[in-house]
Amino acid sequence: MAVPVIETRDLVKTYVLGGQEVQALRGVSLVIGKGEYVAVMGPSGSGKSTFLNLIGCLDTPTAGLYRLDGTDVSALPAENLAQVRNRKIGFVFQGFNLLPRLNALQNVEMPLLYSGTNRRDWRRLAEERLAAVGLAERSHHLPSQLSGGQQQRVAIARALVNTPALILADEPTGALDSRTGEEIMGIFERLNAEGITIVLVTHEHDIARCARRILSFRDGVLVRDENVDRRSPMGRGPTEPGIGAASPVGTGLGAP
Amino acid sequence: MNLYINGRIAVAALRVNKLRSVLTMLGIIIGVAAVIVMVGVGAGAQARVEEQIRLLGSNLIVVMSGSVNQGGARAGQGTQWTISEDDAIAIQTELESIVAAAPNVRGQVQIVHGNLNWGTAVIGATPEFFEVRDWQLESGRALEVEDVRDIERVAWLGQTVLTNLFPDEDPVGLTVRIRNTPFIIAGTLVGKGQSGQGQDQDDIIVVPLSTAKKKLLGRPPADPRVVASITVKVAAGASMISAEEHIRDLLRDRHQLQAFQEDDFILRNLAEIMRTQEASSKVLALLLAAVASVSLLVGGIGIMNIMLVSVTERTREIGLRMAVGARGRDVLSQFLVEAVLLSLLGGGIGVLLGLAGSAGIGHFAGWRVLIEPSSVLLSFGFAGLIGVFFGFYPARQAAALDPIVALRRD
Ligand SMILES: Nc1ncnc2c1ncn2[C@@H]1O[C@H](COP(=O)(O)OP(=O)(O)O)[C@@H](O)[C@H]1O
Ligand SMILES: [Mg+2]
Repeated sequence: MAVPVIETRDLVKTYVLGGQEVQALRGVSLVIGKGEYVAVMGPSGSGKSTFLNLIGCLDTPTAGLYRLDGTDVSALPAENLAQVRNRKIGFVFQGFNLLPRLNALQNVEMPLLYSGTNRRDWRRLAEERLAAVGLAERSHHLPSQLSGGQQQRVAIARALVNTPALILADEPTGALDSRTGEEIMGIFERLNAEGITIVLVTHEHDIARCARRILSFRDGVLVRDENVDRRSPMGRGPTEPGIGAASPVGTGLGAP
Repeated sequence: MNLYINGRIAVAALRVNKLRSVLTMLGIIIGVAAVIVMVGVGAGAQARVEEQIRLLGSNLIVVMSGSVNQGGARAGQGTQWTISEDDAIAIQTELESIVAAAPNVRGQVQIVHGNLNWGTAVIGATPEFFEVRDWQLESGRALEVEDVRDIERVAWLGQTVLTNLFPDEDPVGLTVRIRNTPFIIAGTLVGKGQSGQGQDQDDIIVVPLSTAKKKLLGRPPADPRVVASITVKVAAGASMISAEEHIRDLLRDRHQLQAFQEDDFILRNLAEIMRTQEASSKVLALLLAAVASVSLLVGGIGIMNIMLVSVTERTREIGLRMAVGARGRDVLSQFLVEAVLLSLLGGGIGVLLGLAGSAGIGHFAGWRVLIEPSSVLLSFGFAGLIGVFFGFYPARQAAALDPIVALRRD
């Protein structure tokens, strides 16, 4: 296995709702290596989002250990977690989560505001990422002027703008029709081919089969961890040439 | 993350709800405008008082006949006069801090010149009068000791008398009749304008003290040396309080008053009189101060309220910004900048409104309104401070949000 990007040991998350304890995760231990493409599956309420939030440093575990890129981040204060999210992780959400009054370019620029990147480079970086997802001509459109697939591509460009090592996506195709969903998956495929580690949550088998590895959750427990047969229906060849190789995303987006 | 970015975000946010932003600013606008007008009116009144004091001389003490018990010093004809020319001489010569002491009598007369006639105040004076009042001659010769000694029938005209009796001729050397006595015009006085009490100081005619007593007062006093008042000029830099004390001690001694007896004279200080005037403009300033502080408080609370609304409305945005790397302090400063921008905009509009209001009051009420740049800057800065103070709580609420909770909210 490659160098671990994500390493969890007995990760537990317990929510307390009105005095009632809800055990969303009951001790998950796993390792995800650099450059892996992992799908997280499971029925609704099985803890997929909770797991993704924890490894995305959006939330902290109730118990257990989480090492990201070799550093223990399970006990970092909020300020440092924000920095980690900014530098190492790109999020893609089911509902796109674009700011409605900012155009595509400004939405993509947003993580740069908090990264200490020189302001002169913002526009160039954002334009490069938009071009990489095929939206160079739409950079001045507002989210409301874009289709769902285009909005999700803007969101992916935003996730990429700080050249993270890790992309986390929670049901990224959940709000899209299947054809648009395939387009989005094509982009993830290409990014993974360039060396970016991807973890995506989905409940669609077709989508999950795009990944190389599937983690199945049930009731907060990891019940199955399997590798995908790459010759199966929707899967593209792992080293399909050409895709993204010439795109600007290719520069430096791989593991640091 | 810097001020520029936060400013851009804030401007965009405020522009989304233009009307709401303006309504929120209203309290600050009114408050700052009231502060500007208040300080302007106050400074104007202060300046006016200071100018009057400078014009009349803040270093003047007036000694009047009579006692406080007699209901002030209405030293008209027939009143018992208790101070004399010799008191004036004693004050001037025996007290070190005194530059000059001018004994006067005062009366009301009709002046006739040809077919014109004019009622005015007459002052019987000695040469010291011109010194203590800092009054220059416009034309003619000065009043001399000999004029008083020889009871000369000469007169000096104030500007108002001059324009009414001699609209277009040089009066020096001409004769007027006062109480059927001919007086030769010896000179004219430069204009002094209105006094602090709104009297026309130029509606006056000056004659030698002795001549006034003998010819112009209805019934000459029994003692030829007594006078109605003595105007005393205190040396520059000397204490007015101790000068008053010295004059009181000297006069009580000269009048042989026992310890249990009250003063048979009254001491008045012009600076004091002026200050009572200043007090009336303070009432208005106080009123404006009340308006200002109430509306600034209300304005501040309004900003706090609208910022809390804004934080609630934009919870998802906050969650998203945090998810992509905004730290608590980035969110805090974003909302703080928005609150401060709101209050500074209100402050700016308030300053403009205040300047316009001051100009309006100055124009319509005829008051002097003095706008100092420092007061404008101060109230503008204060508006910003209100933004910081009342914006801090909502901004902290925003910064304390949990990113996933915020992201899930809709
Ligand atoms: N903030 C929360 N407070 C309380 N319970 C929560 C919270 N978030 C998730 N849960 C509970 O934790 C469990 C796992 O939720 P989640 O991770 O969202 O599942 P999935 O994404 O697989 O549908 C569910 O039972 C859910 O109700
Ligand atoms: Mg979920």
